[in-house]
Amino acid sequence: MADTMQFDLVSPERRLLSAGVTSVAIPGMDGDMTVGPGHAPVITTLRPGILRAETEKGSEEFVVTGGFAEIGAGVTVLAEKAVPHADMDQATYEALVEEAERAYHEVKQATENEPGPVDEAAKLLQDMVAVGGHIGLDPKQPNF
Amino acid sequence: MPNLKDLKNRISSVKSTRKITKAMQMVAAAKLRRAQDAAEMSRPYTERFNAVMGALAASVAGSPTAPRLLTGTGSDKVHLLIVMTAERGLCGGFNSSIVKKARGDIERLRAEGKDVKILTVGKKGREQLKRDHGDLFVGHVDLSDVKKIGYADAQNIAKDVLGRFDADEFDVATIYYSVFQSVISQTPTAQQIIPASYDAPEEGEDAGAATDYDYEPDEERILADLLPRGVATQIFAALLENAASEQGARMSAMDNATRNAGEMIDKLTIEYNRSRQAVITNELIEIISGAEAL
Repeated sequence: MADTMQFDLVSPERRLLSAGVTSVAIPGMDGDMTVGPGHAPVITTLRPGILRAETEKGSEEFVVTGGFAEIGAGVTVLAEKAVPHADMDQATYEALVEEAERAYHEVKQATENEPGPVDEAAKLLQDMVAVGGHIGLDPKQPNF
Repeated sequence: MPNLKDLKNRISSVKSTRKITKAMQMVAAAKLRRAQDAAEMSRPYTERFNAVMGALAASVAGSPTAPRLLTGTGSDKVHLLIVMTAERGLCGGFNSSIVKKARGDIERLRAEGKDVKILTVGKKGREQLKRDHGDLFVGHVDLSDVKKIGYADAQNIAKDVLGRFDADEFDVATIYYSVFQSVISQTPTAQQIIPASYDAPEEGEDAGAATDYDYEPDEERILADLLPRGVATQIFAALLENAASEQGARMSAMDNATRNAGEMIDKLTIEYNRSRQAVITNELIEIISGAEAL
């Protein structure tokens, strides 16, 4: 079995990382998972969280807000928005939380008696808030 | 024959026009390179996305609970045409050729008795369609303040379109934009985005795409999550393609204009020199005949 596998992290605007990795930790919608070489083929959607790739040169972390991952012979993560951990600061983070918050309120107004979409938006918002704690920024408290 | 001073003024005015068109050509060339880079950057995402969607769409096809974005509303009565053009003119036939294609389809659809709604992106297309089809407009997206097209812009358009779809405002959505082939050739294209059509991966062509995937969560939830993103992705790809086409078209239009201005300057200069020579000859004749008369 190969020790490394091909990993690509692409956003619509650019390719962020393309390298051989030993493992990748992916924040999946149904729970985090760590993928190593030879993993069974899976397609999963992402929730906001931290994506960590262990490359030969060390580990690289990215904050992703959503998208999906395709795990086959290699791993391809298609992230709607991905920011390298090092580039993530309080202002960027707060902007992301605010965006999720706005989306939540919009959904809440639009659909009154259907809990489904509102719950999903609330979960998204909470995940987004939790990300702040993981990367050592002040978690921003939204108004629910 | 115009007098010397008028000619001189005309030459200098054409010269300054040439300077402007030359500068615009160079700006367009620089912007074109940037637009092409941006289109290049987005390609890996779009390609993988379409491959995964192809596999997914094939696996839920025929299922009665497949999302409406994939199967459509079951009718094709109301069409939404999303006409994407530039915010600015002076780019040759770029805007007109997109509008012409859209207009052809509008007339065809109306002749078939369908309802047509138009969403315009970019001011120029709106202006051109307003006269004949202004009553069909349902919205407009203004990108004139956007310097570099980002995914967020595409997301906003997609959100608008999806909102209308959820509100049953239309059955079929088509985007009109220009595919960049080269600096001198851009092809106006119509692409249907709702209901989405993704090609199933071809057998054996790509070993990765033919793999049996596990889906987490299940296929239909993933699909429900991804289809709206697919709309945004396609709009984004079209916007980038359009931006590159616009700059390409502007570049060749300005190149032509610069060349025409050069030719005009040459012609005017010859005329100017001739009239000047005529004036000199005239003066000489006067002097000589004056001297002979003495």
